[in-house]
Amino acid sequence: MTDARASFRAGLRAGVPYAAAGFLLSLSFGVLARHADFSSAAAIVMSAIVFAGSAQFAAVSIIAAGGGLGAAVAAAALMNSRFLPMGIALAPSLPGGPLKRAAQGQTVVDASWAMANRGDGTYDRWFLFGATAIQYATWFAGTATGALAGNVLGNPDRLGLDAIFPTFFLALLIAELRDRRSRGVAAAGALIALALVPFAPVGIPVLAASAAAIVGARL
Amino acid sequence: MRWELVGLCAVVTAAIKAAGPVALGGRRLPSSFTRTIALLAPALLAALVCVSALADGRHVTVGADTAGVATAGAALLRGASVLVAVVIAAVVTAAMRAI
Repeated sequence: MTDARASFRAGLRAGVPYAAAGFLLSLSFGVLARHADFSSAAAIVMSAIVFAGSAQFAAVSIIAAGGGLGAAVAAAALMNSRFLPMGIALAPSLPGGPLKRAAQGQTVVDASWAMANRGDGTYDRWFLFGATAIQYATWFAGTATGALAGNVLGNPDRLGLDAIFPTFFLALLIAELRDRRSRGVAAAGALIALALVPFAPVGIPVLAASAAAIVGARL
Repeated sequence: MRWELVGLCAVVTAAIKAAGPVALGGRRLPSSFTRTIALLAPALLAALVCVSALADGRHVTVGADTAGVATAGAALLRGASVLVAVVIAAVVTAAMRAI
């Protein structure tokens, strides 16, 4: 149990920089949601119960652009589809029955998942829980700040808030580029996604980048 | 419609996050599969970064935000923390738009 507590604390500490950056990211989400005519309550509740940045941005952007409910939910699902392989990778490291496993699976967010990887195919689940807990707290607080103070800040684009989202994920990506193979797969994934942008609906280009990993693992 | 969106996104996200751990149980996976899984992170993250920095709807364009993200990327490669990097990205992007 002390091991679990130590891992949880280590996760909390490791999550701090991502939690701080996540505060700014979710603040920009709160502002964006208000601009898309979401009430402050709807924006804050969305962050509290969805807690998936890329899906929230994708869904709200589609509504802001005049898109329909179905398209927005589908885009969110596609953005989140990357959690499917992440959950599969994590599965052997989780104990318990279906309900307990489903609940533990909810703690997967990009930064925590990447950092909780021990490098031998297993995951430190308490580290994952700790890193996610602190990010959840600032994700909620940032959204509330953005949603309630957003009108004071004005147009989010003028403040460059839209550059925060890609930068956050770029930091995660750089930590993943350990060898030539992963760099090659990253480059191929980026090219596949960009090539599909003009033709495919939102979310599909990112999902299709998985093909780079499937091919890269066999080379 | 906005509250429906919030509810549906929550259900969909929870289902996706639960699927892997529940369906697989505690079974171990063959190593070829694990290797693919390990490579999914760089593939998906690189795609997410490039699409969000370069795509504007269905157009691929280099904008002020692209310059901000690129500057932040250079800082990250020199060892800057993610917090410093996102601040750099926002400041550079805002500055480019102001001039």
